[in-house]
Amino acid sequence: MEDKATLIVESGDYDKLYSAFIIGNGALSMGMDVSMYFTFWGLERLKKGQLDKGPLSKMNFLGLGKLYMKYKMKKANVRSLEDMLQDYVELGGKIFACDMTMEIMGITKEDLRDEVITEYCAVGTYIKEARDSEITLYI
Amino acid sequence: MANEIKVDCVGENCPVPLVETRKAVRKAEKGDIIVVQGDHSASKKEIPMAVEAMDLELLSIEDKNDHWQIKIKV
Repeated sequence: MEDKATLIVESGDYDKLYSAFIIGNGALSMGMDVSMYFTFWGLERLKKGQLDKGPLSKMNFLGLGKLYMKYKMKKANVRSLEDMLQDYVELGGKIFACDMTMEIMGITKEDLRDEVITEYCAVGTYIKEARDSEITLYI
Repeated sequence: MANEIKVDCVGENCPVPLVETRKAVRKAEKGDIIVVQGDHSASKKEIPMAVEAMDLELLSIEDKNDHWQIKIKV
């Protein structure tokens, strides 16, 4: 077992991306290694300019709920998703992109933020890392 | 010569105090002292947990007027 956290980010929802990055950055901050695997709707968020474009998972109300949530988060001085991603990369967090999702959804490397992606991979890479991880989460 | 590194997280929310502390630890050299200030109450409990997990030395936790201050030796 290694001191490692491995997260699958399947959801592209705004609030769930926050969960993923807060947990990821928290684990890095506590001295763990962290890998996040972006697949399906999660991978959509790694397209250029799309990181904070997901809806709220509940009470989105055609975007009004999300606007209200953003307002409340700004008031609470919560760091933006983009800043959290930059923190994650700076602290050595790894990001994996699912290549099957890319094929199914017609996403190319040029569509994605290649500079933050450590590797393009499939399920075997995830299992290899997850089987040694003390924390694994599906978000 | 050991340096003192200040990390000001007053007004910052979860997980920023932890993250900024970790960034400072990564940049610090052995023997440096990191002084973190903040007012996010959960971080006051959690930064010492991170210090323990990373095998660093917790020098002090102090309450100031409207914030806390944690000193760590790398």
